[in-house]
Amino acid sequence: MKWGVIVFPGSNCDRDCAHALSDVLEQDVRLIWHGATSLGELDAVILPGGFSYGDYLRTGAIAQLSPIMHAVKEFARTGGLVLGICNGFQILLEAGLLPGAMLPNIGLSFICDDVCVRVENAETPFTRHYESGRVLRLPIAHAEGNYHTDPVTLAALQANAQIVFRYCQADGTATEQSNPNGSLDNIAGIRNAAGNVLGLMPHPERCAETVLGNDDGLLLFRSMIDAVMSGQDNQQTTS
Amino acid sequence: MIRARIHVTLKSGILDPQGRTIRQSLETLGFAGVTDVRVGKFLEIELDQDDPAQAEAQLKAMCETLLANTVIEEYRYELEPQPSRPSA
Repeated sequence: MKWGVIVFPGSNCDRDCAHALSDVLEQDVRLIWHGATSLGELDAVILPGGFSYGDYLRTGAIAQLSPIMHAVKEFARTGGLVLGICNGFQILLEAGLLPGAMLPNIGLSFICDDVCVRVENAETPFTRHYESGRVLRLPIAHAEGNYHTDPVTLAALQANAQIVFRYCQADGTATEQSNPNGSLDNIAGIRNAAGNVLGLMPHPERCAETVLGNDDGLLLFRSMIDAVMSGQDNQQTTS
Repeated sequence: MIRARIHVTLKSGILDPQGRTIRQSLETLGFAGVTDVRVGKFLEIELDQDDPAQAEAQLKAMCETLLANTVIEEYRYELEPQPSRPSA
């Protein structure tokens, strides 16, 4: 399976993603500079974490205008799998590929920690190897992960099972205490209505091999591989 | 040339933890009666443009597409008064 990892000026998790994919999962991975205008032949695209354009103006606001984003939008429109991690999620929001926006963390601090995250929807190309309700331990590292959207959009996200990950306690209960950044409805990750674009704040690529002490993130990439290799139509109809 | 000042702030319904912290700090310093503080961004823009109506249209488009994220932010702008032109 062919993967592309977009490298924006200020991306710093691009090589972590490439390592997890090529060295752990033996995938064909290409780093793609943001100034490129074409993705070439790919099965999936990752927008990695980092501080693209130094977070100038708003996180992701400038990166979403990079030349490569036209190709990423077209790839998403035609059903290609797009995964945005942390700053990649912020870029997807600013690009309009996912609804909503990020606010600064409620406590105003940059948070670098392992948190518990519950899989809300295991019926997606990104989560099919997990079970719904499973609690993962995933690292987060961000200052702007406080997801916000309007009540109508939130209701649609809930109704269409577009909330894929929620912050929770170790026992799986989503509480205010287990919400690290003030995110609306404890949202840690959402997908688009079509089902082929996922954004999440936690970093699955940082916990994708046992030598790192945690491989809870590995199944996310395995799910995507399975989804592509089994040739399923990634576009899901919304109810 | 037209100069414009643009203010971008969080929408009124959205909690502004930075503003809240600053309000509390002002209170600590003895500034009584500060009921609210909102923190935002301030931009000064120069436009190669002499028509105020066109400048406003441009500014609105800039705010909507880049300078503000209207999911969470609101914006307002004002044009700096133009120096009166010397009569011919």
